[in-house]
Amino acid sequence: MSVDLNMQVLIVDDYKTMLRIIRNLLKQLGFNNVDEATDGSMALQKLRDKDYGMVISDWNMEPMTGIQLLREVRADSRLKNLPFIMITAESKTENVIAAKEAGVNNYIVKPFNAATLKTKLVTVLGNF
Amino acid sequence: MTATVPPELVHRLTALKGRMQTVSRDEIADVVSSLLATMEGDLSDENLKLFGELESLSNYITTAKSEIAALRPDEITSRHLPKATDELDAIVGATEEATNAILGAMESLEAIAGEMPSEFGDKVNEAVTQVYEACNFQDITGQRITKVVNALKHIEEKVEALVSAFGDEIAKYKKAHPDAEEATEEVKKPTDADLLNGPQLPDDASKQAEIDALLASFD
Repeated sequence: MSVDLNMQVLIVDDYKTMLRIIRNLLKQLGFNNVDEATDGSMALQKLRDKDYGMVISDWNMEPMTGIQLLREVRADSRLKNLPFIMITAESKTENVIAAKEAGVNNYIVKPFNAATLKTKLVTVLGNF
Repeated sequence: MTATVPPELVHRLTALKGRMQTVSRDEIADVVSSLLATMEGDLSDENLKLFGELESLSNYITTAKSEIAALRPDEITSRHLPKATDELDAIVGATEEATNAILGAMESLEAIAGEMPSEFGDKVNEAVTQVYEACNFQDITGQRITKVVNALKHIEEKVEALVSAFGDEIAKYKKAHPDAEEATEEVKKPTDADLLNGPQLPDDASKQAEIDALLASFD
């Protein structure tokens, strides 16, 4: 399976610096079409308005958290198969289990490095 | 308990009342003993002991209330906790600003690396990536500080409940101690320890131009 590096990627985080870091790391990996949202509800609106190839989301945001966004995505007939990666500081086992049960494709714990990000992207999307 | 007072005791009390100015301690003790004797049969030793315990408990509560009022819990909610929260918010703001500056510089470097021969450009990009990774700290720091701020808010709520419960005691203490720290803080000459304030919050901090103007005013 070949990965379309031109796909639109939505990154979601309430910290602007984190958005900037993820965007830059994705750019280094070849993903140039990166869009941003600062919480789950803004992300959901964007996902419903446009076509995205993947979501990379933080967990701890207000008013809509990452796990709530994930559940909304999985409950939406058009979005239910969208690749969804959680990048979060929530590292308890119960969090990972809850995310898995909600249908997350992969889970990255902050602080993370570029190699981990690439490994997870390959796992979810295939080699690129 | 019966309300009947023996006629002899009434007579002695009346006599004492007549010469109130000269009554001695022994005479008072004698009358009190007589009074206690009239209670015989109405109060058991256990009851007296219980009343004693209750009185001691009452005194303990009164003392504790005064001591809590003296701690001025109202100041914790009105001054100390808001100040601590502001300081923590300032940390988040400052680290965010610094991280953005670092990221901006790295983005410029990355653009320059793209124009370099790949043997140099790749090395620069590798270093830039490491800086991006290291900048993760800002998000983690921010989240940890948010947790501390939430804990402080919880403490604030509890202290507010305490202030509400001890409002009268605190007001009494403030009235009895008008020399409390707010009053004296402004007039006393600061000690060396008082001068160790650490960095000021952005809104409170003097600008370099203001410092220069102040220094110039001494000339």
